Amino acid sequence: MDLMDHRVLHKEHRHPGPALYIKIAVVLFVLTALEVLAYEMARRQDLPGVFVRSVAALLVPILVMLSAIKFTLVAGFYMHLKQDAKIYTGIFVFPLIIAVALTFALILLFGVTQLMAPRP
Amino acid sequence: MTNVADAHAHALEHPTSTGIDSRKLAIWTFIGSECLFFTSLISTYLVYKGKSLVGPLPHATSQCMLHGKLQECEQIFEIPLVTFGTAVLLFSSFFVVMALNGAQTGNRKRLIGWLSATVLGGLFFVGMQVYEFYHFVHKGLGYTTNLFGSSFYTLTGFHGSHVTLGVIWLSTVLILAIRGKLPPEKALNLELAALYWHFVDVVWIVIFPTIYLMR
Repeated sequence: MDLMDHRVLHKEHRHPGPALYIKIAVVLFVLTALEVLAYEMARRQDLPGVFVRSVAALLVPILVMLSAIKFTLVAGFYMHLKQDAKIYTGIFVFPLIIAVALTFALILLFGVTQLMAPRP
Repeated sequence: MTNVADAHAHALEHPTSTGIDSRKLAIWTFIGSECLFFTSLISTYLVYKGKSLVGPLPHATSQCMLHGKLQECEQIFEIPLVTFGTAVLLFSSFFVVMALNGAQTGNRKRLIGWLSATVLGGLFFVGMQVYEFYHFVHKGLGYTTNLFGSSFYTLTGFHGSHVTLGVIWLSTVLILAIRGKLPPEKALNLELAALYWHFVDVVWIVIFPTIYLMR
């Protein structure tokens, strides 16, 4: 194993300690609670207030944003993508981009097909 | 301390031309392929969302066949139970990184304690899912009842089977740890299982709001 290999290995494994793991666990818990709170606010349409109505209208973007943050935190810190060699991030993110594009394409395709279908 | 143990542990790995362990590269490649697999299932669920002709439905009362009679069925999801299961799965991800930290620093007590908690968390989640499926079938939602049933059981069923495999994998690592066969030099054995476990967790992070919370 040459010097370069040692450098790569040493750089790859500077994992964070328990203190950061605990902070991230708390953030993940809070974000999950916010997701459920947003769902409940959207469900209880009898509640008054512009804020509640706004949350109901924006439920899907809110949930997508919160789950994207949770996803990034787990992948970045618990799966150590932030500290490990960048090749792992590439191997993970490349199929992820294809996957997200595929999902959007299918939703658009079937959504448009449904809109163009003759109504009974 | 962690960095020294990590450097020591990984200096003992087999050398490769890239300096990157081939086993870790393999698990990441597998996780990448699993991303595409679960995306196809999530996309199928989304495409079929709201297109069921008969109930039971996830978020609304509907007409459904129950015990051979057409009757009014209530919404099928029980959000509090699934939220609790989600929290347990999220915390099990935290438990496994703490166990990995114990393995890398040679803290056997921390390794065994947190890894046991991870396995228990996984078992709880699988139990929750089995209960949920049983409850849904009892409420009249079979695999072929409607589009929602087929896409829901396929997606969550595959996720549940992945969780079960993760529990089995982590249990074998736990047995190795209890027998004293997981020294810091072999912490990568736990790291690979932990990566798979975190992946199962991030898939649920997407599934939970997509299925249960988006109306």
